[in-house]
Amino acid sequence: MTPKLLMCGNEACGEGAILAGCTFYAGYPITPQNELTAYMARRLDEVGGVFIQSESELAAINMVFGASVAGARAMTSSSSPGISLKQEGISYLVGCELPAVIVNVQRGGPGLGNIAPSQADYFQAVKGGGHGDYKLIVLAPSSVQEFLDCTYHAFDLADRYRNPVFILSDGLLGQMMEPVQLKTIGHRPKTIDKPWALTGCKGRKPNVIRSLLLGDGVLEEHNKKLQKKFKDIKAREVRAESFHIKDSDIILVAYGSVARTAKASMQKARSEGLKVGLIRPITLWPFPDKLIEDIADKTKKFLVIEMSAGQMVEDVMLAVKGKSEVDFYGRMGGEIPTEEEIMQKIEALI
Amino acid sequence: MRRLIFSRPKSLRDVEMHYCAGCGHGIVHRLLCEAIDELGIRERTIGVAPVGCAVLAYDYWDFDVTEAAHGRTPAVATGIKRVRPENIVFSYQGDGDLAAIGTAEIIHTANRGENITVIFVNNGVYGMTGGQMAPTTLAGQKTDTTIAGRNLKRDGYPIKILEMLAVLPGVRYAERVSVHSAQETLRAKRAIKKAFKTQVDNIGFSIVEILSMCPIYWGMTAIQAAERIETEVATFYPIGVIKSY
Repeated sequence: MTPKLLMCGNEACGEGAILAGCTFYAGYPITPQNELTAYMARRLDEVGGVFIQSESELAAINMVFGASVAGARAMTSSSSPGISLKQEGISYLVGCELPAVIVNVQRGGPGLGNIAPSQADYFQAVKGGGHGDYKLIVLAPSSVQEFLDCTYHAFDLADRYRNPVFILSDGLLGQMMEPVQLKTIGHRPKTIDKPWALTGCKGRKPNVIRSLLLGDGVLEEHNKKLQKKFKDIKAREVRAESFHIKDSDIILVAYGSVARTAKASMQKARSEGLKVGLIRPITLWPFPDKLIEDIADKTKKFLVIEMSAGQMVEDVMLAVKGKSEVDFYGRMGGEIPTEEEIMQKIEALI
Repeated sequence: MRRLIFSRPKSLRDVEMHYCAGCGHGIVHRLLCEAIDELGIRERTIGVAPVGCAVLAYDYWDFDVTEAAHGRTPAVATGIKRVRPENIVFSYQGDGDLAAIGTAEIIHTANRGENITVIFVNNGVYGMTGGQMAPTTLAGQKTDTTIAGRNLKRDGYPIKILEMLAVLPGVRYAERVSVHSAQETLRAKRAIKKAFKTQVDNIGFSIVEILSMCPIYWGMTAIQAAERIETEVATFYPIGVIKSY
């Protein structure tokens, strides 16, 4: 067993990337994700990778595009306003079927907002964000350890599906320090066979990477191919954690850092004899809608808790299909729902 | 005995191009491909095609090519070159791509001294979208968005991007050429070849600006457009070496 290391979430994310064989990172400073950029600057130097502090978020995502074109495992990160700037590049990555990992350590918005934790970028991450019909695999870690693990797995998922993978974190998880175990996962080989990558056409026909498809019907065919891929991802990659979902009157649904508070509220409620459970989606897309749908008619109420005005709650309602009541409690602008606030809401619903 | 003295470069595919009659892109494509062939680097070349009239360049070049978002061409080239320094990486950009929407990317890529080559085709107009004013459009020039001619008060000044870039220590070779005559085309070929040689020799960032004709959106015949470069365009954008090593 390797000893545990005390790291903040942003650093754990960086180490997860390094362990996964990430050899390219480009990023631009923005709070509250700066520890990640600084960590990648230091670690990529140590492992012989490439770090670039780019002139903008636009440049960063497009440098990642180039690194991915050339076959590297590549990552960029930012926080909410910077992620907005990257959306065009993310759409191109999907259109060109290029793997990449993008991390959003969310802060309060809209606009410049503040630098406190938020979950108000859920729609942007899960429903598209950029132009065109596309999906990202969206992972939502809830602890510093899971931030590392999600980042590590994100590179495999990205390569497997040739699609960008998005990690939706927040300022709380990015800044918070917790012990992290690196032992369970070893270093990866840095070269993965990517016959589509641009390496120079020696010994083969030239490769072309493009998303511009002007021929009659060609773009629709390309979109059908992408949609089939998204369907495969939806069938295979849903992840969620659940507690007491078989015998609860109220099931809380929360993701990311606020799921920790929701879990504490659930435990407190249970200790008081209240039948409360919890579903914590780990993949926000694909969303664990089947898990929710299957228990929808046996559950009296769902209570969705978010650090937003209510975004994931719409996906819960779609999954529940009107079979039971869906309620919501959220805080905005960087405020965090407390255990007591959630308890009060539970008590009001029972 | 017959001897082959002229043929299509191997790097240039034998396909019909979409360029308008009298456009300079076809000439520039050929010069680029000749330079790549002559330096023997086709099999390790990776091109980055722009958004603009040359958006379909990957259909014409017979080596590895990727597209890039509008203006982000040098950032994409940076990512490729840093991952694969042994490859020869170039971006091919028009004046809208390089001198308007991608101004930050070209300046910072040049300033980092990335060992890439930039082929910058300046025809002073947005051709692909129907002839709007470009950052390089000359004062008084009529376009779709400057019907009475570019008004310096309303539209600002034409930008001399190569002169701006030349002050950056990261830029090792910058030359402005033209393809409006046979003589200038030969000179353009030499400049393009030197730019690639600069990269092959690991000297650093190289850029060639090529003044090119757009008869359609200049409202001229092909011959008039070539003459306009001689009499007007090259007067404002002087042809010659701007920086070398």
